[in-house]
Amino acid sequence: MGIFDFLRKGPQNTASLAKNRLTILIQEERDRSGRGAPDYLPLLRRELLEVIRKFVNVDANAVDVKTHKDGDHDVLELSIALPDKATGGA
Amino acid sequence: MTENIVVTSGKGGVGKTTTSASIAVGLAKRGKKVAVIDFDVGLRNLDLIMGCERRVVYDFVNVIHNECALKQALIKDKRFENLYVLAASQTRDKDALTQDGVQRVLEELAAEEFDFVICDSPAGIEKGAFLAMYFADRAIVVVNPEVSSVRDSDRILGLLSSKTKRAEAGNGKVQEHLLLTRYNPARVATGDMMSIGDVEEILGIKVVGVIPESEGVLAASNSGVPVILDDTSNAGQAYEDAVARILGDEREMRFTEAPKKGFFQRVFGG
Repeated sequence: MGIFDFLRKGPQNTASLAKNRLTILIQEERDRSGRGAPDYLPLLRRELLEVIRKFVNVDANAVDVKTHKDGDHDVLELSIALPDKATGGA
Repeated sequence: MTENIVVTSGKGGVGKTTTSASIAVGLAKRGKKVAVIDFDVGLRNLDLIMGCERRVVYDFVNVIHNECALKQALIKDKRFENLYVLAASQTRDKDALTQDGVQRVLEELAAEEFDFVICDSPAGIEKGAFLAMYFADRAIVVVNPEVSSVRDSDRILGLLSSKTKRAEAGNGKVQEHLLLTRYNPARVATGDMMSIGDVEEILGIKVVGVIPESEGVLAASNSGVPVILDDTSNAGQAYEDAVARILGDEREMRFTEAPKKGFFQRVFGG
């Protein structure tokens, strides 16, 4: 840092901007391609759906199974959309 | 055992051919028997970087189409007798390379007891790039500290983990190395360029080498002498280190810190 540096114009620290943009983008692209996800996810999703349908009559696409990273941990995220008015199953 | 190493990147112009040439020479210098193959059919360039462009008689596509024997197409390097170059064809036929043909050439090289086969991939994710990586045991993913190159590298890493013979057979994944080229420590210090750590963190793998931006690289390609043979250039020495690490040695990273500024530079900037 020189004492005249303030005279120079230009965007500051574009490298961290690049890093942030890429981190978000690459995570999205990896999620979309299903990369890095364990290969049992489709089966897990199907079996969960069968279990839930014993109790609640949900749509075929009501169960969403995803993995993502949170710091050092892998998180398995289940999202189950119930119908507006849950009806008892068989 | 012959080890197939693909040098790939997705994006063009990041230094794949420069890297292929220097890694091949570096391995040959250590006594390994090495073949380096240009997979960029239509845009042959490895021969120029290796300095053997006047000696290309038969090429990779001729071998695949049985128009000559593999031995006739392998160009023996003038500097190292255990180093051979297989040039790309200049045909415009995109289907000139076939998976069976590539496999046959690699098997023949294995039978000839080559230690390493370096596959110099074309840019993009089309057939040539796919075939260059398909039979790989290891991959060197060349990346510049720049947004589009990093993004493309991630695509390539995805393909390496799904579209290779190893991935399909499920017998151990392709070993991946990241090689960061055109690195400018001074710009990293001022926050204008992503650092080694940034790129490693984004892509989730470690670098096996960092090649500084260097005038030596252009001088080397001008003269057809791979930059690793120029031990006065930082880039050449950094490739030397990378080859050592690929062979399992531990080496400190060099040329990755900005030179210390003198008193006047610190006070007045610059």
